[in-house]
Amino acid sequence: MIATFLIQDGVTNGAIYALLGLALVLLFSVTRVIFIPQGEFVAYGALTLALLDGGKVPATTSLLVCFGAVAFLFDLWSMRRGTDIRAFLRSLALNLVLPGVIYGITIVLAPLDLPSVAKALLTILIITPMGVYVYRIAYRPLADASVLVLLIASVGVHLAMMGLGLVFFGAEGLRAEPLADDNYTIGALMVSAQSLCIYGATIAIIVGLYMFFERTLLGKALRATAVNRLGARLVGVRTHLTGVTAFTLAAAIGAVSGVLIGPITTIYYDTGFLIGLKGFVAAIIGGLASFPITAIAAIGVGLVESFSSFFASSYKEVIVFGLIIPVLIWLSLSGGFHEEE
Amino acid sequence: MKIERLLPGLAGIVFLAIIPLLPVPPFWLTILNNIGLASLVTIGLVLLTGVGGLTSFGQAAFCGFGAYTTAVLSTNYGVSPWLTLPLSLIVGAATALPLGLITVRLSGHFLPLGTIAWGLALYYLFGKIDLLGRYDGISGIPPVEVAGYRFLSDGSIYYLIWFFVIAVAIGAKNLLDSRIGRGIRALRGGGQAAEAFGVNIVRAKLTVFVFAGVVAALSGWLYAHMQRSVNPTPFGLGMGIEYLLMAVVGGSGHVWGAIFGASIVLIMKDVLQRFLPDLIGTTANLEMVVFGILLVVILQLARDGLWPFVLKLLPKRAARPLPASDDKLAKRTLAPAGSSLIKVEKARKAFGGLVAVNDVSFEVRAGQVVGLIGPNGAGKSTTFNLITGIASLTSGSVFYEGQPMTGDSPREVAKHGIARTFQHAKILPDMSVLENVALGAHLRGTAGVFRSFLRLERRQEATLLAEAAVQLERVGLGAYRDRPAGDLALGQIRILEIARALSADPAVLLLDEPAAGLRHGEKQELANLLKKLREEGVSVLLVEHDMGFVMGLVDHLVVLDFGTLIAEGKPADVRKHPAVVAAYLGGVA
Repeated sequence: MIATFLIQDGVTNGAIYALLGLALVLLFSVTRVIFIPQGEFVAYGALTLALLDGGKVPATTSLLVCFGAVAFLFDLWSMRRGTDIRAFLRSLALNLVLPGVIYGITIVLAPLDLPSVAKALLTILIITPMGVYVYRIAYRPLADASVLVLLIASVGVHLAMMGLGLVFFGAEGLRAEPLADDNYTIGALMVSAQSLCIYGATIAIIVGLYMFFERTLLGKALRATAVNRLGARLVGVRTHLTGVTAFTLAAAIGAVSGVLIGPITTIYYDTGFLIGLKGFVAAIIGGLASFPITAIAAIGVGLVESFSSFFASSYKEVIVFGLIIPVLIWLSLSGGFHEEE
Repeated sequence: MKIERLLPGLAGIVFLAIIPLLPVPPFWLTILNNIGLASLVTIGLVLLTGVGGLTSFGQAAFCGFGAYTTAVLSTNYGVSPWLTLPLSLIVGAATALPLGLITVRLSGHFLPLGTIAWGLALYYLFGKIDLLGRYDGISGIPPVEVAGYRFLSDGSIYYLIWFFVIAVAIGAKNLLDSRIGRGIRALRGGGQAAEAFGVNIVRAKLTVFVFAGVVAALSGWLYAHMQRSVNPTPFGLGMGIEYLLMAVVGGSGHVWGAIFGASIVLIMKDVLQRFLPDLIGTTANLEMVVFGILLVVILQLARDGLWPFVLKLLPKRAARPLPASDDKLAKRTLAPAGSSLIKVEKARKAFGGLVAVNDVSFEVRAGQVVGLIGPNGAGKSTTFNLITGIASLTSGSVFYEGQPMTGDSPREVAKHGIARTFQHAKILPDMSVLENVALGAHLRGTAGVFRSFLRLERRQEATLLAEAAVQLERVGLGAYRDRPAGDLALGQIRILEIARALSADPAVLLLDEPAAGLRHGEKQELANLLKKLREEGVSVLLVEHDMGFVMGLVDHLVVLDFGTLIAEGKPADVRKHPAVVAAYLGGVA
């Protein structure tokens, strides 16, 4: 009985780690960025949803406007030697008008007692554009840098975003209301509607990503960039566009994960980092390359975590992060990964 | 050594020594002590990140190992701090070694990712173990004592800390400026060139990683005896990231930049913590945001950090004179002319269904210049890689002086006395021309890490450098000795690669398209150089496109087309061979 409960708990968390792991593999293969701040999107998403539950305007909307403004300044700076009016208007619309509109919508909608699905969608709407701005501000100027430099930059972005989370949300933890309150009993198993939402969303996103990569031109462009960046450029793929797309997807996935996990655990400004790192453990098991292995590994990480929190609760984090050592040994011995270039 | 060269360093040491004697506010000393402790860790990171091309976010955990080792031993068991010092360092090395062994074979980014995870895991572990006092830590650690004098105050431990900082910095400079150091510095360019001259790449990476771990443990040992209590907080991931920030700010790649970076970050942190709360009216630790932004900005605007800007302001130091050397390096006894040196027998390389080299056999005899030619895609470079151990044979074998060397790594091939150049020249642009050439003599030296660190290998190092200088003169690049190799033109770089190969005292020179990109005059000089080498008994195997260049030079010619040997023999005969004519000019074969 305990085992089934632990398994259910592990699979639920594992599904969320799977989403994050997929986002990390996606970002790494397309942009070579090891995106440590992925977890911050989760925390932002969960905290935004929790504040919307309380009828407040979440601070992330102001943060979004700030990010947009900085990104606009970056665009202006790179346009300082003259540009056409269309590029300027595009930048204006993307970086200033879009966050402004989202800000307006949120102010109008926040005090109304919206149904929880609407609040969840609003949260995703607020967080997703952040991916665009983070890419524009931090990573686009570094597009030619090595994986190592990009990784160090990621840690910088993580520090800044986590710090901003502390400033805007405070040190208090928040817990969102579940999307649905019901519980169902299937045989001896009790399943909450929230965990069904999590499974559903995870499967939907995996299927959606698959369709995107297999069926759309943009998805194929992303795959082409992942295989060979220079080659993709030579055949006319705009690698900046694929970069923006990858970051937007990652931010959206982060926001969805936040919305899903917010109601099942209390989220603090720095919780996202730990959640994101568990996605990383899964992504590393997948060699930062394989989507299916990452997804399966994430479920495994969730299971290890739920069992170790029951049998050796004080060593939970040690065990989960320690998992990476045998994984690296295994990768090292299988010798599949060698120095690039 | 000349006194002028030592002067800036001595002035710095005197300046550091008098600071505590001046009426400075006590918190200055606290900050300076913290800078010293952080500098130790950062010097290790500079070697790891800037020089070795690896990185770690988990250095703070190594400090933790050093600190907890001495804390437990000196409080629970009353062991003297001077006895725990070597133990702390050994614990640092002993934890770095297995972690390094696991990760150095993987791509560069798996190590830092691993360090993030273990940085977190170890932090939780430190806080869970009873022996280490859980999250409360251990207090009542005795101070360091020398002949009854106890290093209690900030002003006294200051001298101890900075003694170690300066000693480690000088040692690190020594290490980089040595045979071992050249191997480490070659890692950043991918290490392929270094490996072809016998540098053990995995070992070089491990060396820097263990060095970084040991100096971090030293910092931890000092920290424990300065603070006289330890708890898990300063050994967490946050601090590990801060150390990396220091290395990036200072300029990864410069040993003195480490101290500079640590100073900037810690002074900034102090100022931010002091003034930001008043300014913004919140007590949240905002320095996190500032540090995060700073890290990204530095990487975007000054990827080599800020130390190079300081260096520009300082007066330029004159190039170091070549140290005098009386010793001569041992010379290889060359095989008698005409005996078989390299023998390729039915070598075959298939990439999936594509057979790039199809059962090719030929021989290079001592004293010969052999040319390997063929149109594009003929399999010349693949054959070359099969001999040098970069690619593995699908079937067939390669012999050296009758001994099979099939399956040997590039490093083992180098040990046989086979030295090579690369089609796409692989030099280290930041190192001087002389040092680039000296890398070729790697296998002719024996000095290890410890002797290099303590500068006990100067005599041998002088001999290696003298040999490199001789080879530079021999190929006519003597005038460029002290310039960064990146300054040279393409033609000169090709010649530099030959000088590097020569300083390995090779029995056979393998040249991969040495004339590509050279002007006519340069080609003639190269041909003359190769003829001169032949007279001295060196054998040469060269892959080349330029028929004119090859015809006038080689004794024996091997022609490949579509992976198959189509002709071999004297150049004049081969030239008339119908298959060769067909391959080069097309037509009905």
